[in-house]
Amino acid sequence: MNIIEMRSISKRFGPVLANDAVDFTLAQGEIHALLGENGAGKTTLMRILYGLYTADKGEILVGGQPVTIHSPGDAIRAGVGMVTQHFTLVAPLTVAENVVLGQTDGFRLEPETIERKVGEAAERYGIEVDPAAQIRHLSVGERQRVEILKALYRNARILILDEPTAVLVPQEVDVLFATLGRLVREGLSVVFISHKLHEVMTVCDRITVLRNGQVVGTVHKQDTSKLKLARMMVGRETFGVERSQQPITGEPRLRMEGLSARNSKGLEALKGVTLTVRSGEILGIAGVSGNGQTELADVLAGVLEPSTGRIIVGERDLTGSDASQITAAGVGRIPEDRHKGVVAELTVAENLALENLSDFVRQGRLDRERIRQNAEQLIGEYTIKASPTDRTRTLSGGNMQKVILARALARKPQVVIASQPTRGLDVGATEYVRQRLLEERDRGAAVLLLSEDLDEIMSLSDRIAVIYEGRIVGVMPAEQASADRLGLLMSGAKEASLDEI
Amino acid sequence: MRFRLERSPAPYWVRPLIPVIALIITFLLTASLIVWADANPFEGYYYFLIAPLANRVSAIEVLVKSTPLLLTGASVAFAFAAGYWNIGAEGQLYAGAIAATWLGLTLDGVSPFIAIPLMLIGGFIAGMLWALPPVWLKIRLNVDEIVTTLLLNSVILFLVSFLLNGPWRDPISGWPQSPEIAAATVFPKLLPRARLHLGFLVAMMVIGLMWYVLSRTRLGLTMRAAGLGPEAARYAGINVKRTLLTAALISGGIAGLAGVSEVAGIHFHLIEAISPGYGYTGIVIATLGALNPIGVAIAGLFIGLIETGSQNVSRALGVPAYLGDVVQATLLLVTLAALALQNFRLRLRAPDAAAELAAEEA
Repeated sequence: MNIIEMRSISKRFGPVLANDAVDFTLAQGEIHALLGENGAGKTTLMRILYGLYTADKGEILVGGQPVTIHSPGDAIRAGVGMVTQHFTLVAPLTVAENVVLGQTDGFRLEPETIERKVGEAAERYGIEVDPAAQIRHLSVGERQRVEILKALYRNARILILDEPTAVLVPQEVDVLFATLGRLVREGLSVVFISHKLHEVMTVCDRITVLRNGQVVGTVHKQDTSKLKLARMMVGRETFGVERSQQPITGEPRLRMEGLSARNSKGLEALKGVTLTVRSGEILGIAGVSGNGQTELADVLAGVLEPSTGRIIVGERDLTGSDASQITAAGVGRIPEDRHKGVVAELTVAENLALENLSDFVRQGRLDRERIRQNAEQLIGEYTIKASPTDRTRTLSGGNMQKVILARALARKPQVVIASQPTRGLDVGATEYVRQRLLEERDRGAAVLLLSEDLDEIMSLSDRIAVIYEGRIVGVMPAEQASADRLGLLMSGAKEASLDEI
Repeated sequence: MRFRLERSPAPYWVRPLIPVIALIITFLLTASLIVWADANPFEGYYYFLIAPLANRVSAIEVLVKSTPLLLTGASVAFAFAAGYWNIGAEGQLYAGAIAATWLGLTLDGVSPFIAIPLMLIGGFIAGMLWALPPVWLKIRLNVDEIVTTLLLNSVILFLVSFLLNGPWRDPISGWPQSPEIAAATVFPKLLPRARLHLGFLVAMMVIGLMWYVLSRTRLGLTMRAAGLGPEAARYAGINVKRTLLTAALISGGIAGLAGVSEVAGIHFHLIEAISPGYGYTGIVIATLGALNPIGVAIAGLFIGLIETGSQNVSRALGVPAYLGDVVQATLLLVTLAALALQNFRLRLRAPDAAAELAAEEA
């Protein structure tokens, strides 16, 4: 029996069709994975089910009955609970207080009573947590259990988990899977959002794969394999970038030696990355998002201090240098998040000057004439549709990216670090950016390309490295790479075991 | 049919109209209060906004009232422009006032051409020193500067109280006020038979300099980048912490000048009530002026006008003086609302047209 049926759900955000006539069913008592790359529309679909968004089109049936879900309150009443990636717990309150929050009746609230009630509920569902503990003293895994308990306490029959393992250490993942198994045997139905193939194959009964907002297919676990899933996830698309085939002989320009770094949560996100990029080469780094790409780019950009390891550009050791020193040493950087690349409220001309301010200053005074000339020249050269005095926030994503590109490449850097350079761009702008990166390579720059778009990696790179959980798990020349092989490495399979599949 | 609030900036010609629109709405909102206080609202607003400018004496008094406000407004705007939320201009003003009093008592018999620059420099440094601990805690330990700058305002009041009841208590009257500062350290008057003093010129120069620094120098651009997009500024290689430190110290120094100006231009001795909240009004002025130096100048003069006007209203019409505060506060809220709402427009449309509209936008 299907406890949830979502019929041809569509949702549009501006120009992006996040969900395109998506059909999704959840059977009673199953764990159903929603699998897909970042931006495939998994979270959007579930936010619609939980009432955080309203669908533009389509209908939702719970237990066969059509329902209208306009708010999380509606969803909770329909028996749907969701544990989001960002927990919504009140840190100074206790576990019990958080669980009963919004679910209390009457006026009096005795700590002993609610702690007893929450304790009983925790025991009934087999969730190990101390009801009297303050949230701020709990680990991430414990907090997640509180979130699950909170949903169950509100009589959820359907539980949505949005990438629940992203924040957990492996032992906590095992505990979570055991808990889910027990709950499902007692009749709970679970939607498990993930982009990790091995987890999905471990814990789920059925898998629905989304790509670009559309359903690629729904399969039973026994009918599929990691390889098949990787193929469904990644898809096959080609685009019109041409590249010349010539062997790479340039000297090493960028060397990373044993780089490790901690992320903002204090977890080790980068573990001993050693790579070399040569002049005239594009080294692509493939990986599912959240496996250390952001930290690698930040370390190389000089905004995150590596805990160990060295960064060498040309002959110079730049370890521990700040962003301006790294720029001055001849590294052009295209940040992952465009809005970190430009100050939206400043003008285009100001943003184009920002990274190399010393070139535009005489004795502390801004040389406004040079700033304007520089902007006009780059606007022409990079066909940016804007005037120098426009506020950068008024530009389209593609033009904003061109501003960043122009600034990073204007001084002919010997090393280019491009992080997700085409994310969210339309086809024309994407093509432009890719062509530009190839031109940089042909000029002799060493280009490091970090991208979640496998097609982009495969068609631009000369060599491809795969990053998984902060480690480089494989490096290969582009002609030896296939979507299957990369997809498996990206999902954590060992290089050695590839031949067996 | 339903209303929807959509993000969509107003046409360029709306912006200059905002103060006028805000004033009209404020008038409509407060008119009933004035009627309730048994006065004619039109007459009230005449005394409030027009009468202060109608004769020389009170027009000059508007400038006198504006002087400390222009300085604290500039101080706050300078810090806010760099994304440093300095709520401590009040305390930094008192720090400047203490320094000015100490110099004023010490520099007896020195030429005014030496004494007055020393007063200004001393007040600036005192304001900087009082602004230093919060910004240091901010960049070292990431302590929220809104809390620390605000709390230091109370701390310095106790320091002033100690000085005035202890070492500086006026030996002649015995009042908790300092002795008078030396004649050489008193700010010269700018006009005959009026209280307008050098402090007003200082304020105007500070605002001019602030405009220059913000729009024409490297420091200004890095400050604006750090204030408008700290992450992007960091990625672009700007030392955001050092920028915050510089902005916070200069901001404190400017507030210190306001203290010097009040001691040396108006009171000639230190009293506990040297500022009736100029530092806090500075936040209002900086916000109304949209952190723009020219905006700060206009907002500072305007608040000076209605401060003068509210005294006029209560004197001429016998309405309570705090009615002026009510009008001032209403005006502030309405203006801020108008500034925020100019980025939105209200659309009326049928529910099923929503999807079509979304498709059109794409």
